[in-house]
Amino acid sequence: MNTVTITIKKQPDLFIEAECFTPDALAGKNAERIAELPVYIGRTTEKVGDYFEVSGSAGATAAETKLVVAGDLTRVKYIGSKMTAGEVVINGDTDMYVGAWMTGGKITANGNIGHFAATAMAGGEIVVSGNAGNYLGASYRGDWRGMSGGKITVAGNVGSDCGTFMLGGEICVGGNIDVHVMTHADGGKVVVFGNAKSRLGGQASRGEMYVFGTVDVMLPGYVYARDEEVEVCGKKALFAVYNGDIADRHPTRKGETIYAKLYLKK
Amino acid sequence: MTEILIKNGFVFDPVSGIKGDKKDIAVKDGVIVESVSAAAKVIDASGMTVMAGGVDIHSHVAGAKVNVGRNFRPEDKLQAVYEPARGVRHMAGGNSVPTVFKTAYKYADMGYTTVIEAAMPPLYARHTHEEMRDTPIIDQAALPLFGNNWFILEYLKNGEIDNASAYIAWLLRSTKGYGIKCVNPGGTEAWAWGLNCMTVNDQVPYFEITPKEIIAGLMTVNESLHLPHSLHLHSNNLGNPGNYQTTLDSLKIAEGFKANNNFGRDQVMHHTHIQFHSYGGTGWGDFESKGAEVMDYINKNPNITCDIGFVTLDETTTMTGDGPFEYHLSALNHLKWANTDVEVECGSGIVPYIYSKDVYVCGVQWSIGLEMALLAKDHMRCYLTTDHPNAGPFTRYPRVMKWLMSEKARDEVFASMKAEDKVRDRSTLGSIDRELTLYEIAMMTRAGTAKALGMGKKLGGLVPGMQADIAVYPYNPETASDPEQIEYAFSNAKYLIKSGEIIINDSEIVSNGNKQTYWVDVKTNPSKQVEHDLREMFLKYYTVTERNYEVEEHAFMKNPNVISIDATQ
Repeated sequence: MNTVTITIKKQPDLFIEAECFTPDALAGKNAERIAELPVYIGRTTEKVGDYFEVSGSAGATAAETKLVVAGDLTRVKYIGSKMTAGEVVINGDTDMYVGAWMTGGKITANGNIGHFAATAMAGGEIVVSGNAGNYLGASYRGDWRGMSGGKITVAGNVGSDCGTFMLGGEICVGGNIDVHVMTHADGGKVVVFGNAKSRLGGQASRGEMYVFGTVDVMLPGYVYARDEEVEVCGKKALFAVYNGDIADRHPTRKGETIYAKLYLKK
Repeated sequence: MTEILIKNGFVFDPVSGIKGDKKDIAVKDGVIVESVSAAAKVIDASGMTVMAGGVDIHSHVAGAKVNVGRNFRPEDKLQAVYEPARGVRHMAGGNSVPTVFKTAYKYADMGYTTVIEAAMPPLYARHTHEEMRDTPIIDQAALPLFGNNWFILEYLKNGEIDNASAYIAWLLRSTKGYGIKCVNPGGTEAWAWGLNCMTVNDQVPYFEITPKEIIAGLMTVNESLHLPHSLHLHSNNLGNPGNYQTTLDSLKIAEGFKANNNFGRDQVMHHTHIQFHSYGGTGWGDFESKGAEVMDYINKNPNITCDIGFVTLDETTTMTGDGPFEYHLSALNHLKWANTDVEVECGSGIVPYIYSKDVYVCGVQWSIGLEMALLAKDHMRCYLTTDHPNAGPFTRYPRVMKWLMSEKARDEVFASMKAEDKVRDRSTLGSIDRELTLYEIAMMTRAGTAKALGMGKKLGGLVPGMQADIAVYPYNPETASDPEQIEYAFSNAKYLIKSGEIIINDSEIVSNGNKQTYWVDVKTNPSKQVEHDLREMFLKYYTVTERNYEVEEHAFMKNPNVISIDATQ
């Protein structure tokens, strides 16, 4: 696997939309050609080389390419978005849309990632050592097709509206999570090892939420069903299982109604 | 004004009967002429197809519900990312509900120069006209909705045709409307009571009138006002299995009616998006086409025209004044739903929809539209629309042309369907080998539509004296072999001339043109009753006053083009 290293050398006044920071866009290109690729700042189109130092060469395909992005990336968006294969390592905090619409490959973020990370993600893996922002693994604004596959692991905390319209895949949160978890979900799994606040699974028709810590306020649409011992994200525990959101429609299978499930550790 | 000579193109013009002959078309002072001087700008159209500018009879491109569609579908913009401004072009984007600029540019690229906004809630007429004013290039007109209007329901129930006529004339003048649109007659009003009208004989609650009486009454008014266009009908029971019976009952109401106008229009009823109204079966399980039955009736009755509303197998946004239908649709697909009740006049609903070729019902809907168009005997009475954006975005017209003109292209779609056998089984499309000609396509997209709109003397043809709206497509009918060339060529006009001005030059939009908005001003005998009712209704029920209702030409319109009619006799 070939490695390309892109290090930020100049901070933009606005934000950089770096849609080309993916193994797919870099595949088959050397440092010189990568420096010529376009990035967008406000209404202007600039070159990667204007703001970043590029070294190394990409592999022939996305799968053979590893991209390392380094420095203060809090003004850089779309790293690893729409990637299908290969690897991205982010050394530093970054802005919105990390791994959005990704379908394969792996992103390792050594730092915090911004909002809308993994928007409508369909496959692949994202590992975050810091925190993630709001709308992690959610749908694009207005869309009803959220994260449908793949796995996200966040060591720290996650913001609000995680897993909105989630359809599949898995999100593991090491820390705490803010309000609105898996709103409108129709599948998928969100595991919270810390505490949750409120409005978990509002209007969800399917999907699973696990909370190891506390929940400040439960939705009235979740009804206690039973106790169950389950192993999740490598941890086994006894949970109280709640079915919901009874305010929403639910599919049936073999005569049985399928609910979204909220597992609260006892 | 400049003179233009379009040389050596293959001309297709049903108005003058030219079927692909090589012919020069001359333009002077905005109209088509016999000949021009040697100083004329010459456009070399050799190897290309020349037609009059397209005329779309039914499209939802401006007004309240289109804008709600834009607002509540931000994800629609993802599918067609905004293009930056370029030359005379403004920034433009959106897919099934594009911005006004994109609407204009895409219609121009397809060689269209006139587009009718098919449903204008009178109360939102100002908004509709503001959007049309901001849509460059294309000429437009809007049809206000009447089928659920309290005034109309009251007058028609009491048999007061003169009052209904005076009211409609007043409303066309106030809202700068073009003709009478009727959507789910009585049903949208019933929807305000949680009900619907599923047959032409269902009673509208409170008003105690039936859809049949509304349709007959509006046709009577239409002909007594001598309007350029006929009643524009979207009948009851749209989109439901087994609805073809309601459709036939609705079409039969036109029997015995005769067109009475000076605009060359022959029909008394234009039934829109007939594809959505030609379903058999008792549910989605035994859903099947009854397109052959419905088209057979239309073929036999020359006082009716129709447009199809082709399903294009895309993700789109449905929006209609048929409020109850949109509610039922949202219950089917569980996606988001917007609904509006427009005070005493009408209502509407909006729901995103995915016509997937892998869902057999969508496949059957796709085949019904094509089946009907191919079974039509007279394409001067059967038109190409997608009921944009309901059955698909208007940008797919060239793809529909490809399907109509090539059995091979249709078979490719059939073969790509998961439930191909089932879809083939539910309509006769698979057994039809007819391939429409460019001449018939020209009837479906310009000559026929212009005639049905009462604009046939001015638009839709290439006869000297007609407005110089001319499209030149990069399509050589003598050498073209691949159906894909049809779709490409009719999406990418090489030249477009509107009112004698070059809009597209060598595939690039070079002018925003001089867009006009048509409206109809009918003079009727004064009615004390209507004047009294208007005062009272605005005082008692409307949230606005009469003064805040009127669309003033100077404030809301660009180049208003008024068609004046005297109906006092």
